[in-house]
This record gives sequence, structure tokens and C-alpha cells, in this order.
Amino acid sequence: MMLIPCPWCGERAQVEFAYGGDATVKRPADPASASDREWHDYVFVRDNPKGPLDELWYHAAGCRRYFRVRRDTVTHAILASTPLPEIT
Amino acid sequence: MAGQPFRGDEGGLIDRERPIAFTFNGERLQGYAGDTLASALLANGIRLVGRSFKYHRPRGIVSAGAEEPNALVQLAVGARTEPNARATQVELFEGLEAESQNCWPGVGFDVGALNGVFSSLFPAGFYYKTFMWPASLWMTYEHWIRKMAGLGRAPVQPDPDRYEHRFAHCDVLVAGGGPAGLAAALAAARSGARVILADEGADFGGALRGLRATIEGRPAMNWVRAAVAELAAMPDVVLLRRATVAGYYDHNSFVVSERPAEHMAVPAPFQARGRLWSVRAKEAVLATGAIERPLVFGNNDRPGVMLASAAQAYANRFAVRPGSRAVVFTNNDSAYEAALDLARAGVSVAAVIDAREDPGPAARRVREAGIESIPGHAVINVQGGRKLKAAEVMAINGDGTACAGGDWRAIPCDLLAVSGGWNPAVHLFSQSRGKLRFDDRIAALVPGESFQRERSAGAARGTFTLRGCLAEGFRAGAVAARAAGFDKAGEPPVPDCDTQAETPLRPLWVVPLPKHTRLKRFVDLQNDVTAEDVALALREGYDNVEHLKRYTTLGMGTDQGRTSNVSGLGILAGLRGKSIPSLGTTTFRPPYTAIPFGTIAGREIGHHFAPTRRSAMHAWHEQAGASFIPAGLWFRPQVYRRPGEGMMDAIYRETKSVRTTVGMIDVSTLGKIDIQGRDAALFLDRVYTNNFRKLPVGKARYGLMLREDGMVFDDGTTTRIGESRYLMTTTTARAGEVMRHLEYCLQVLWPELDAYAVSVTEEWAAIALAGPASRSVLERVVGGVDVSNEGLPYMGYREGTVAEVPARIFRISFSGELAYEINVPADYGAAVWEAIHTAGRSFDIIPYGTEALSILRIEKGHVVSGELNGRTTADDLGFSAFLSKEKDFIGKRSLAREGLWRPDRKQLVGLIPVDKKTRVPRGAQIVEDPDRETPVPMLGEITSQCYSPNLGHPIALGIVAGGRALHGRTLHALSPVTGERVPVTVTPNVFIDPKGERLRG
Repeated sequence: MMLIPCPWCGERAQVEFAYGGDATVKRPADPASASDREWHDYVFVRDNPKGPLDELWYHAAGCRRYFRVRRDTVTHAILASTPLPEIT
Repeated sequence: MAGQPFRGDEGGLIDRERPIAFTFNGERLQGYAGDTLASALLANGIRLVGRSFKYHRPRGIVSAGAEEPNALVQLAVGARTEPNARATQVELFEGLEAESQNCWPGVGFDVGALNGVFSSLFPAGFYYKTFMWPASLWMTYEHWIRKMAGLGRAPVQPDPDRYEHRFAHCDVLVAGGGPAGLAAALAAARSGARVILADEGADFGGALRGLRATIEGRPAMNWVRAAVAELAAMPDVVLLRRATVAGYYDHNSFVVSERPAEHMAVPAPFQARGRLWSVRAKEAVLATGAIERPLVFGNNDRPGVMLASAAQAYANRFAVRPGSRAVVFTNNDSAYEAALDLARAGVSVAAVIDAREDPGPAARRVREAGIESIPGHAVINVQGGRKLKAAEVMAINGDGTACAGGDWRAIPCDLLAVSGGWNPAVHLFSQSRGKLRFDDRIAALVPGESFQRERSAGAARGTFTLRGCLAEGFRAGAVAARAAGFDKAGEPPVPDCDTQAETPLRPLWVVPLPKHTRLKRFVDLQNDVTAEDVALALREGYDNVEHLKRYTTLGMGTDQGRTSNVSGLGILAGLRGKSIPSLGTTTFRPPYTAIPFGTIAGREIGHHFAPTRRSAMHAWHEQAGASFIPAGLWFRPQVYRRPGEGMMDAIYRETKSVRTTVGMIDVSTLGKIDIQGRDAALFLDRVYTNNFRKLPVGKARYGLMLREDGMVFDDGTTTRIGESRYLMTTTTARAGEVMRHLEYCLQVLWPELDAYAVSVTEEWAAIALAGPASRSVLERVVGGVDVSNEGLPYMGYREGTVAEVPARIFRISFSGELAYEINVPADYGAAVWEAIHTAGRSFDIIPYGTEALSILRIEKGHVVSGELNGRTTADDLGFSAFLSKEKDFIGKRSLAREGLWRPDRKQLVGLIPVDKKTRVPRGAQIVEDPDRETPVPMLGEITSQCYSPNLGHPIALGIVAGGRALHGRTLHALSPVTGERVPVTVTPNVFIDPKGERLRG
């Protein structure tokens, strides 16, 4: 079981978290003007890279924060863990 | 009770003061405390222990440990019975009952042994080749195959014992408590590191328990006892006996299966029989030892053929003579020590046969002890069936591929101790994703490049001398402790051990057959796979090691091929003329040895399987005679039956009461989410399809949520309870998912919004009061609020008191009747419920459960999970009007896909049986013409159905292709499961009060 470093709570076992998917996917700023292809790619298409991947994790049984984890999909090594940028 | 004819008079790690009585196949026998079942059987002269899996050949005890392929027994009786127990690991206890498996009527005469007579009919892949067609008969074949194969029996009664889970963290986990593991634990623990040392045995010492080794001139077990005493005295060291490190997972997490009460007939009160440890270790030392390899020759499976190290262990550790007259057959030095120890224990050792031409000093030592040494020879066959009679010996050529012929000789013996070299137990290392390497020096797989934070030490990495094991253990423990942050960890000096010069082993994967002979040479004893099976599989094209394994079942028994995998690889490599490393290996997967289901389940059984969520009014419901139904983790009242009342009568009574007088239902389980912030309205506009910004304070609105792919996600009522504060409700089932979705939107998609969401489901008790008399009841308990139609109109919201408790009052309805929902702080829920119920008595108020609620909502055509199945769009459900054209919302862009508006999409409709009598079958398929030739096109399915007591006939909801255009048409609901077929008329989905006059009244 992986040990995931939550930027707010520290290292916790994987069971406390929910996977949030590829963190690099961006929702089109104006969906109405997005092409069918762009929208389709956003909703349905995800890369499945071998190696480092930036992904979202949600600390469901903890602080309820989404954060970004850079994880090697081959080795499961956690390369980085950072909070999402705050915009106020 | 007979004596123990094969027990020596002295020595051994057994307690002769504590005789133990046990039974084997009904025979009463005696052993001593410290015995295993296997050693006690051998002490009593019992060699035939079981029958083999496929050919039902007689089998005896092969090993003295976890690698045992043959001596599998059924333990105990009744609820505590346990199949496939390895006799070599079962500790003897008073009253133990064991039986042979895989034989009928008995181990001595077994009908299934006929399989062996006709064994040429049972080649590799036999089951695949023979029983595949006709496919329809497989069920019949399988029944008999299972009966004949018949591994042990699973218990049929509930498990009477308790099991536990524990979690632990440590700096250094040491797997294996032999010399290397103890040394590692000492080096690490002396630096102050938190250490967990686990060993599968009843006590520490590992192989030393079965050897006559010395450390600094004294018996090695003295050193072991001192090491254990030192470790036990340290507060940060946990010593686990009878605990197998069974799995090595990501990020240095381990599963340890401890068996605290396995050595007793019945665990002590409150004692766990099994305990599953989840251990997170900063660093690990794998000191799991090595497993001796058998040699593969003719009839090498006969009872009496035993690993040399096992024979040695029985002699030394248990003071048991595993035979009267022994022959030793080896290709390496270690078996010579076994020969000497057997001789010392009183076994007459006839000869040591060595495949090597020049065994060196070891051979000299046995000759000095009066034992014949026969180099350059091999045992090519044994004589005897249920009991070994003689070993047939021949010279073999230099590369071991053929018999030299000419000097055939049979040496009488009842014990043949064999050693084909040693396989380091690399299972945990391989599970950790470390890369294995083939070491030619010992002709075995050893740990190569590490993947996780671990290191192997001692025999587990191919170091077989005691001095080497101690040195590596000390080093590994110190290195691990330093890596875990204990910088001062040092390596203790290695004590003196007697070490003999070694002659390298000569790999001998299979002993050649003499010309013109056909003999079974077993590679995998448990699954009856022979060298000939490997050759046959190769001829048929299964040349890949993974294919070979599955086709022949080599290594697929409960022993996972511990004694056979590497030999199988060696034979395959020889046949293909390739090197072993070029073939690759099969994967080692957890667990190392089987973990009982009870241990895996732990305490999470019965109603402890999952937490139970109860509303604040639960006790009232119980007292009122409610039966409960699980809804997620919640338990909701299903129906309140009166004494003598039938289930359906009660449900229909409750349903009618709501439509004619008044009922109350506990709706505390609906998800409630408090949403606040300057941008709360904007946020809701983006997650709901309909408009919330214009919703005035004090008003509620039905809200529809989509997923980004355009399908309906959830629905509920959201109320504006303040200028920038909303209370959202969700369905009971999706409350958690919706919460996570909102957090995703707020934190990931739109962090710029000033809005916050928090679940308040458990803060509030919620009561729905529904029916024509609901207002009259509410008026009696409400304070500070005008609940008249003008004061609190449909979809209105007010704050006041109910039964003098501050309350939120919503005029919303799920039943379609005049209705209110009252939220009070959860602690007051029971009191307020009681007060409303009392106030409602003069109006014949009744509590109603989820069954009545379900009928009421089907009558109103409301959708729930059957309709919100993740594949329906808003339009499919008739909710197009809720799709705002003025703003963006989650899922809107996907609705531009024309496929989501096709007229033949499955749309929500009502369905009424044509005869107005026959119930519509649950989950039925809807077709136009049931008598058409198959395949009959399926137009849709029934999603909800019930009998409507208010209409007096059955009704149903369904999703039907192009259904809204089919109102008035007759279709057919078919249930292939029950064979029912019911003609149904398509109708709109609202059956009662389609204009909604009642709820607005």
C-alpha cells in the first residue's frame, strides 16, 4: 500500500485517499466555444503514460483537500506532492 | 498407545517430561512437546502420510518446513477443521486429530491409485485435452474430477474463533529469525532502532534448530537463546513467533500472518487464533533462509525419500530416526553433514552417492566415519511402494546426461536422503519487485538489484556458511538501521564458527534414465508433474516458462513450487539447450504461505463488517416495530407492521394513510450540504443545470446535476436559507459522491470562487410530514411561523420552532401530497419526532417506511437510482425544461452531441398491465413482439414496479426506446429469469395527480 504525502496532513496510507485522475487535464475555459474534438478529449481521453505522471489525489478521510502528486506509474515512487494553487 | 520406536533416548529440542497424545487416521499415538506432527509421526514409524493429487501414489514426509509438498493433512473436526495443513509445520498439541487427504477409502488402500496404473492415459494437459468437449458435459466431469482429486475439506460450520488485525510501524523489519535474521535484529536494535523480528517457527533459530553447529565452541542454540533474550529485553523490539512475513507490497508495507493459537486445540478465552499485521517499515532485512532442492530420479516420490536437511533436522532437533538404514544422494557438500548426523543419531548409513567425480574433503570425513562414499554415481531408481526398500545406483557420465551403464547395484535402505543444492528463499525479495539473478556458483536464483528499501542476508542471498550468515546479518542490520536514521549503528564482531572448506556443487536437474527404461521422475510432487511431462509440454510447443507452468501445473500447488520451480527451469533449459537465465522465471506472488480467511477478515465479520449508521430516531423506530433495510451504511425503517399484520398489508396501509390522512417518515439519511460564500449562487449555477441565482431567500428549488459527459448524476432540493447561504440535499446513495464532486469543482475547476461546502448530514435530524392533514398536525407543534398556504407556500422555507426546538421548515414533497420537511439539530430529533407523532394522534398519523415511500414516489413518477442509472440524460427523463439556456453548467457542452437527442433513446414512461391485475416483473425486458424469432429486439427495461394501493392496480416505470411517442401502445414485459410475460400499456410516468394540485393545496 502506497504512502502518500498530503501537503496538509503529512504521510498517510493510501486507503485515506481517493484518486482524482490526471492533473494536467484542463477544462476548456469556455466550453460553448470548444470544438467537439477538444471537448471529447477533455471528457473522455486520458493518457496512460509509463513513468512520471502529475495526478490529483483527494484526502477523503482527512482534510478533504485535492492536491497534486507526481508519481512514477512504473515504480509507484512519489516524486513530489504540492497543494493546488490558491486563487483569491 | 504404542511407544515411539524411532525416537532416540536423548537430545533434541523436545520436552520428554511432557508427552502428548494425538490421533492420526484414527490411531492413538504419542509424541512430545516440541514435536511437529511430522516428527511425531516419524517417531512412531509412520511413513505413509497421504496420496498424491493426480495419480494417488503413496507419499510420505519430504521436508521439515514450509516447503512440504506431500504431507498435507486435514486437521481437527467440526467447525475448526482445516484442510491442507503441512504436517511439517503443525505443532503437536494434546488432542490433535489429523487425517490423510486425497484418499478413499483409506491411505493404505486407495481406489484412486488406479489412476497411477493407467497413468499413460493422464499426460500433461490431460484435463484440457480430454474434458473440453462437449462443453455441456464439463459440469458432470468436473464433479467426478473434484471428488477424485479431492484436496482437503473446508469447514461447513461458522468459525468459532476470533481473529484480529494490527497495524505497526518500525524502523527495521527483519523477516526470518535464523542466524542471519537474529544478527540483523541485534545490530539494528542495539542502535536504538524500533525493530520487528518475525519468524514462521514456534521459536527462533531457523536452520540452527536442526543442525549441530557451534558458535565459539558452544552449541549454536546457546547463542540463539542469548540473542533472543537480549532482544526481548529491549523495549523497542517486537518479537513475533509463529508469524510469517507473507507479503511485501508498495512503499515498504508488509503483511505478517501470525498464528498465536495454532498450537492449541482451542484458543484461550479472548485469544485470537490468527492475527494479521500490516507493517510499514522504513527499512527491511530479508533473512528468509534457503530451501533444499530434491533430486529428480525414478520413483523419487516414494515414502522414505526425504530432503537430506530434513532427515538431519529430524535427527538433531527431534531426536527422531527417520529410517533405520539410510542412503544419501547428493550433488553438493551439505548432505555429508546430514549423513554424519544421521549416523550419530543411530541410523545405519549405507552410502553417500555423489554425482560429482571428486567430492573432496567431505567424502573423506564420511569414509572416516565408516560410511561408503560413491562418487560419480546417481540413484536412478528406488524399489518399494508404500515403503522404500532399496536405492538403485549407477555411474553417470561427466555431464550427467546419460547413465554409464554396467555397474548397476541396489543398496537396501528405508531412507533415501537427497540434496540437489539449495534455493535461497527469494520470494519476498521478488514480491518487492527486486530483480533476481542466476548464480552459477550455487545454481540458483539469488537477489539481484533491489527495488525497495531492503537487503537480503544469509542463506536468502546464497550465503550458506554459519559464519557468513552471521557476518551478513550483522552488516545488513547495521546498514538498515543507519538508512533509517540511526547513524551510530555498528556491526558487532562475528563470533568464531566452525567452517569447513567446500567443494562446489554440480548441477543435476534430472537424473538420466538407463537405456530401455521408463520411470516416473517427479519434478513437482504436489501436482504430480514429471520430467516426462515437461518434455511433452515442450514438444507440444509450450516452451515459455509461464506457458509450461500453466500447461503442466508445475509449481501451481499449495506449495507454490518451493521445491520444484527451479528444477523445472533447469530441465526446460537442458531440453532447449539454453541457459537458465535466458529463460526467465515465473513470478513470485504473495502470500508466501496461505493466510487463513479468518485472519484476513479479522474482526470485520457479521454486523462488524461495516459501520452502522443510525438516525437520531432509530430507537423510536425499533420500539414502534419497524423492520429495517440497509441503505448504504444507514439502516432505514422499511415498514412498521402492527401485531398480526402482514408485510404487504402494512405497506399498503401506510401508503394509503399518506394519501388520505397523514404520515411521517425519517428522512435524516438524505445528504445535506451547507454551501456558503459570496459566490455560492454562482457556484450552484455551475453545478446544477437550472438557475439558482434568481432563487429568492426563503425558497427551495428542485435541482438537477449532470456529469461532465452529459448524463444525469444526482438530484435533490436546494434551499436558499440566507443571502449567500444554501442548503443542498442529495440522494442517500450519492451523498458522498456529490460532496466529492463539489470539492473537485471548488478546489480544482474554479478555485477563484468564494464558496465553501461542508457536509451537515449528521448535524440534522430530518422528518417529512406528508398527507392532507400534515398542515393541521404541524400547526399544533410549530412556533413563530405561519404555515398556512399563504404564509408558507409550496417550495417555501421558514425558520421557527417545532416542539419548542429551533427548526428549519421546508414546504417540499416527495410523495406528491401536501408535505413539510422539518430539520432539527440531531440531538433533538427523537424528542421532536415524538412530539409530532403525539400531536398527530387525533389525525390518525402513522409512521411510514421506505416501502411505502417507494410506492408513493412511483405513483408520482419520481426517479431514483433505477432511472438515474448513469446512462440517462435529462431529456430521457423528461427534464429538458431544467436545462438552462442562459448559462454554462457541468455537462452542458456534452449535450451538444446530437446522439444525446436521438428520438429513439430510451425515455422514461409509465407502464400499466393491460389486465390491470398482473404484477409487472422486476427488472423485466420490454419488447414489442415476444413471439418473434430470436433475437427479439429489446426496447427497454422495467426500472421500478409496484402494486399501487391508491389506484388499485399494478404500475411500473421503465425506460423505453422512443417511449414518449408510444403512449397508449401495448408492449410486453418479459422476464427471462422467471418466465413471466405481461402485456403492458405505455402511459405518462405520473400516475397520480399529474397537475400537482395536492401538493400545492
